[in-house]
Amino acid sequence: MRKQGERRRRQKIWVARAVLLVGIIASWQAVAGRLVSDFFIGKPTEIAETLYIWAMSGKLFYHAGITSIEALLGFLLGSTIGMVVGVVLGRAKTLADVLDPFIMMFYSLPKIALAPMFILWFGIGIDMKIYLTATIVFFLVFLNTYSGVRSVSREQIAIMRLMGASESDILRKVVVPSAITWVFNGLRLSVPYALIGAIVGELIASNKGLGYLLADASGQFDTSGMFAALIAIMVLALALNVSVKWFEKMAMPWKAVEDKREMSI
Amino acid sequence: MLERARATEIVASREAMATTGPLAESDQPLISYEQVGKTFETLQGDVVAVHDITLDVREGEFVTLVGPSGCGKSTLLNMAAGLFEPTTGTVRYRGSTVAPYNQRVGYMTQNDHLLPWRDVMGNVIVPLEIRRVPKREARDRVDDLLAKVGLKGFEKAYPSQLSGGMRKRCALARLLAYDPEALLMDEPFGALDAQLRLKMQIEIRDLAISLGKTAIFVTHDLDEAVSLADRCVVFTHRPGTIARVVDVPLPRERDLMKLRHNSTYRDLTAELWDLLSPDMDRMES
Repeated sequence: MRKQGERRRRQKIWVARAVLLVGIIASWQAVAGRLVSDFFIGKPTEIAETLYIWAMSGKLFYHAGITSIEALLGFLLGSTIGMVVGVVLGRAKTLADVLDPFIMMFYSLPKIALAPMFILWFGIGIDMKIYLTATIVFFLVFLNTYSGVRSVSREQIAIMRLMGASESDILRKVVVPSAITWVFNGLRLSVPYALIGAIVGELIASNKGLGYLLADASGQFDTSGMFAALIAIMVLALALNVSVKWFEKMAMPWKAVEDKREMSI
Repeated sequence: MLERARATEIVASREAMATTGPLAESDQPLISYEQVGKTFETLQGDVVAVHDITLDVREGEFVTLVGPSGCGKSTLLNMAAGLFEPTTGTVRYRGSTVAPYNQRVGYMTQNDHLLPWRDVMGNVIVPLEIRRVPKREARDRVDDLLAKVGLKGFEKAYPSQLSGGMRKRCALARLLAYDPEALLMDEPFGALDAQLRLKMQIEIRDLAISLGKTAIFVTHDLDEAVSLADRCVVFTHRPGTIARVVDVPLPRERDLMKLRHNSTYRDLTAELWDLLSPDMDRMES
C-alpha cells in the first residue's frame, strides 16, 4: 500500500518535471526573436540544430571527451591526494597545527588565479588543466576528509584500543570508514569545481575542449553555439554527479539500509 | 617528559611485581583501588569526581557500583581500563599499576559503539580480526557467540536495522569475542525498557558466572544493583566516596524473575534506598 503510494508520487514528480522543462523551452522559443532579440538568447531550435550538427560531425564528442578527461583526471588526482593528506593530518594533530596557517593561506587563494602560473609551468596543453582542476578539488576533499577523521568518536577509538587495536587497525576499521561519508561530501562538492578548473583552463588558453568551443562561439557572436556548448557542459556535469552518487552507494551499503528504514523519532 | 617518567615508573613497578614471585592467586584481588581520587580540570574550575576510594574486586566476582548520577562511578571504570590515570592513589590490575589501555578488560557502555558500516557478523568479528585469528576459525567463533546471545539469523543486519535490545546483544557478543578477564559495564541497559532490561540482566549475570568473568557493573538503579550483585558498592553524591559496601545475601544461582517476592532482596533495597535518599535531597537544593 505504502510502496504503491510512493511509486505514484515518484511518477507525479517526473511528470511535473517534464511539463516544466517543456514549458520553459516552449516559452523560450516563443519569446526569442519577438520580445528579446535572439542575438542574446538564441533559439532552442537553432541550439538543437547546432548540437545536432556538432554531434554528427563528431566535433561535440571530441571536445567533450577532452574536457571530461581533464576534469576526470584532475578530479582523481586532487581527490586522491586530498584524501591521503586529510587522513594523515587528521591523525597527526601536531603536524596539522603546524601546517594550519599555510593550508588556510592557500585555501583562501582563489585557485583560478594560479592559472597563469600553471600555463608558465606546464604550457597550454591538457596537463595544465588537469593540475588546475586537481588543485581546486584537492582542498575541498582534503578539508572534508580532515573534518571527517577529526570527528571520529574518541570513545569508539578507546573501545578499539581496549580490544588491542593497533594504529593501522584503527585507521582501517574505524577512521577511514567513518570519514567516508565526509569524503563523499567533499567529492560531491568537487564535481562542479572540477569542471570549473577544466573549463576555465580552456577558456584562458586552449584550442580544444568544451571551454574552447564556448569561447570560440562567443568570439564569432554565435549565440546558439554558445548555448549548445553550455548545454554540453551541463550534461557532462550531470554525468559526473550521477557517477559520484553511484560510487557513494557502492562504497556505503549501510547508508542505503539506513535510508530505507521507516522514519521514526 | 612527565608522561615518559610516569611510563617508566609503571614499567618499573611491573618488573618489581614480576620479581616478587607468584603471590597466592586467591589472595590477590583482580582489580584494586587504593585511596584513589580523580579531579577533572574544567572551565568552571576543578571538579573532584571521586575521592578516597579503596576497593578490591576479587576474581570471578560480580560487583555493582550504584549511586546518584555524576558520583564518579564511570570514572572508576575508566581508570580500571587505563583510559586515564587517577590524580591520587593507584589502580592495580593483578597487582600491577594499570597502564594505558588495559587490554585484559572489556568495556560496554550505554552507547553500544557498534560500527554502523559493518553488519552484525562484521561487528562481532572485529576483535578477532585485530588478533589476527584465521578467518574460518573467527567465523565459527562468532557463529557460536551469536547463538549464545540469541542473534542467530541476524548476521547480515546492520546496526541501524536492529532494535535496542539486539544492539546490546551484539555489543555483548563482541565483548565476549575477545574473551576479556573482566567485564566493565557502564549502565549498559540504561536505555532499555523494563522487561527487556530484566531479560538482559538475567543473561549478563548467567554469562558472567558461567564463563567465570569478573564483572564491575555501574548503574544508578538500586534494584538493578542489588539483584545483579554478589557485592554492591553504594556511592555518595559528588565528590563520590563509598558510603557502604554490601555483601548481597542472595544465592549465586538466583532467579531474577522472582526477586520481587524475595524478602531479603526487598529489605536490602529498602535499606539502601534510605541510605541514598538524603543525597537526593541534597541534589535538589
